[in-house]
Amino acid sequence: MAAVLTRDIVKKFADVPAVNGISLNVPDGEFMVLLGPSGCGKTTFLRIICGLEKQTSGEVLIGGEIVNDMPPRARGVAMMFQSYGLYPHFTVRNNIAFPLRTQKVARAEIGRKVEWASQLLGIGHLLERRPRQLSGGERQRVALARALVREPTALLLDEPLSNLDAKLRASARLEIKQFQQRVGVTTIYVTHDQVEAMGMGDRIAVIDRGIVRQVGTPSEIYDDPADRFVATFVGTPPMNIVARSGGYLGFRPENFLPRDMINGEASTEFQFRVDRSEYLGSERIVYGAIEGFDPDQVITAKLPPAHVAEEWIRPGEWHAFAVRNSALRNFDKDGKRSSRL
Amino acid sequence: MKRISTVKILQETSFYGAVTFFFVLAAFPFYWMLITSFKENADLYSVSNIPFWFNAPPTLEHFRYLFEKTLFATWLLNSFIIGLCVTAITLVTALPAAYSLARMTGRNGEALGIGIFLTYLVPPTLLFLPLSRVVAELGLQNSMWSLVVVYPTFTIPFCTWLMMGFFKAMPPEIEEAAIVDGCSLFGAFVKMAIPLSLPGILTVVIFTFTLTLQEFVYALTFVSSSAEKPITLGVATDLIRGDIFFWGEIMAGALIASIPVAIAYNLFLDRFIAGITGGAIK
Amino acid sequence: MVTIGESVIRPASRLRFILDRRDVLGSFFVAPAILYVLLLVGVPFLMALYYSVSAYTIYDPSWSFVGLENFEDIIDDPVFRQTLYNTFIFTFGSQILGLILGKFGALVLLRRFPGRGFVRAMIILPWAVPIALATVAWQWMFDSLYSVINWTLIALGIVARSDAPNWLGDPTLAMLSVIVVNAWRFFPFAIVIFLAGITAVPQDVLDAATVDGAGFWRRNYQIIVPMILPIVAIGLVFGIVFTFTDLSVVFLMTMGGPVGATSVLGFQGFQTGIVSGDVSHGAAISLFMVPVLLVVVIAMLRFIRRREI
Repeated sequence: MAAVLTRDIVKKFADVPAVNGISLNVPDGEFMVLLGPSGCGKTTFLRIICGLEKQTSGEVLIGGEIVNDMPPRARGVAMMFQSYGLYPHFTVRNNIAFPLRTQKVARAEIGRKVEWASQLLGIGHLLERRPRQLSGGERQRVALARALVREPTALLLDEPLSNLDAKLRASARLEIKQFQQRVGVTTIYVTHDQVEAMGMGDRIAVIDRGIVRQVGTPSEIYDDPADRFVATFVGTPPMNIVARSGGYLGFRPENFLPRDMINGEASTEFQFRVDRSEYLGSERIVYGAIEGFDPDQVITAKLPPAHVAEEWIRPGEWHAFAVRNSALRNFDKDGKRSSRL
Repeated sequence: MKRISTVKILQETSFYGAVTFFFVLAAFPFYWMLITSFKENADLYSVSNIPFWFNAPPTLEHFRYLFEKTLFATWLLNSFIIGLCVTAITLVTALPAAYSLARMTGRNGEALGIGIFLTYLVPPTLLFLPLSRVVAELGLQNSMWSLVVVYPTFTIPFCTWLMMGFFKAMPPEIEEAAIVDGCSLFGAFVKMAIPLSLPGILTVVIFTFTLTLQEFVYALTFVSSSAEKPITLGVATDLIRGDIFFWGEIMAGALIASIPVAIAYNLFLDRFIAGITGGAIK
Repeated sequence: MVTIGESVIRPASRLRFILDRRDVLGSFFVAPAILYVLLLVGVPFLMALYYSVSAYTIYDPSWSFVGLENFEDIIDDPVFRQTLYNTFIFTFGSQILGLILGKFGALVLLRRFPGRGFVRAMIILPWAVPIALATVAWQWMFDSLYSVINWTLIALGIVARSDAPNWLGDPTLAMLSVIVVNAWRFFPFAIVIFLAGITAVPQDVLDAATVDGAGFWRRNYQIIVPMILPIVAIGLVFGIVFTFTDLSVVFLMTMGGPVGATSVLGFQGFQTGIVSGDVSHGAAISLFMVPVLLVVVIAMLRFIRRREI
């Protein structure tokens, strides 16, 4: 049984559709990531599931029950906001206890559950502090404890890492993922950062302009993109897409290598003129153009520096590059994936 | 190099000259109020004495007279009661209204907010005619309670507008978190929005109180018997016997009535500005 | 999923959700305020409109309709025409003076100097203190016999005692005095508004202008002034509305005299409608304020809308 199921959710703000028909199925215990650029409707969709926004049409089912007319507190969801939304005028203990108090749980029971939640997240020693006295990581844990203490059917997170600086983000990401695996709560996580999505999600729903482009595991999204948008949104640097034969041909920079490096497999060759290269330590990004295609289009190659010496890649020179045929992706003129040639 | 440029000297002098000018311009009438309250009548009503300082020793006779021989203490009490009641009425009415308008996004909320703000600009010198009729109908003519009924007509719009600014500046996340955690909208308002906007509420309380103290037109129109007058009306109109102004007493009364307002404004000015700019500059 | 007993989510009954409905609660919250304003501002406003076209006086509270007769009466009255003229002069003069003082006062207070906090506190006083009390202080300062201003002028040898200006007794001087007092009351508010506006100008805009070579005055007039115009406009709306409709200053200082030289609309409305009991003419006089207020408010609102950055 799906923990969270939506059928054809549409949300219009004054005739402009922010969410244009999303049907999503999130099984119990899954970590589902909603990935998309700013303004694509992912946050609105999350808020509709939560109950903070009302959809224009469509159904939301949580735990098998239609919850369209219920406020958030009756839906069995918990939400973590971008800046955590901790209650500044309450202690950590009261922050965690608050969701239980509103449901009129007995005092003794509240005490037990608060203990349990704070132990689970390792914040037992912080219970008497106030949010402003906590570090970013500690606040995240308090927010998670508060979300967990009601044992919700679904945990919803709205870009919780976007306020953190890069260094903290990696450890915070790990902590959330580990937490979810340990506790097993169904989680829906919204982000625009594809690294987060790929790193954390069991499955990813790529959303653009109010509709879902593709739902799949990280490897399905990466290796088997359903259309050009998904293909270019995930992956850094983005997939190279060139126009060919009334459609498009795509290949990822890490698959675009000097011909000599590809042994054995069938491959397609390109003459590649190097314009510029960037040395990033672990890899070398090379920019240029390929013969026979649009001369203004920049094609990128991601080369492992250990195998390619710097003097071999000099601006202005032409080299023979190739892509394994198994790594080529074809798209029709509308941008959708078509079968391979 | 020891030479200080003459341009610099001129600049500094003219700067401090300007500072002094504004300072004296603003403060001199209050200095005058202060010194008059403490001067003996003989010293006061003499054209030959230098008026800027005491020629006879300072005296408390005006203050004594004020409290013993006039209804000054009653006026103070009246103003206090009026202020308290009007503030209470205003808070109960304006806080929920401001919250609703601040969180109700969209054109309706905006338009209504501006509409309420505009009623603050409807002049008392237009409304006092029909309102005196209304007051008479309610049997409140010549009573200070007429002011308790009428003052909210301008304190409510003003405070709604000010509180809207404060509420808009509060991120809605905390209220939303409370709603997800189990509060109703009403609960989120009471448990989250209000406690977290206490500084704003305090500012609104102070400004409402001072608005009621400052008011003159309605007080003048509705109250004529001395015992019912609020402090500002009393000091300005009631310390006159026949044609003679009791300037010492008047200034003493004005001084006492002005001090709390002046202190309150200074303490809360920054918050007030934050509230205005929050609401006005979107 | 890891749990510690029963899930705490109760599927609550559906009719309990009335307090959650945004629309219901929203209306309920705004209702008292709107009700109060409608009953005690809206209805009286309509009443005033009706008084002005009726023959209502407190001695003869007749509701009979007389059309525009009251308005014709007052327009024919030279005292009223003088009052109307005075009101414009009074408002225009005090606002201009107040704005100028406010602008320069703000510039002075922008710079940090020792004692700035204290100076600012003092400069706020004219606006903070109740208008009637401050006016009374000025009344005393302008007193025909004991005016401290005259004393100073005489002591400095500028005038002789016999020529000492009768601030409140001479028509031109009285208007000047009344304008000065009102400007004095307004300028701290203008300073506050200007300061709020100027400090809201982002520093990087100013820095960019400096790097581009703009000197002090150019920065002032071409960068700062346009950016603070919206908030200054708001301040001006307040100032104009409260000055144009004011009665306190004139009532306390000159009682409209000498011979109507300082009578303003608010004051005359009061005299006619309340003191003399001629409600219908009083209402007509007061209503003359409305068109001007409407024009000012609408013009400012549109001005601000257009200039929203």
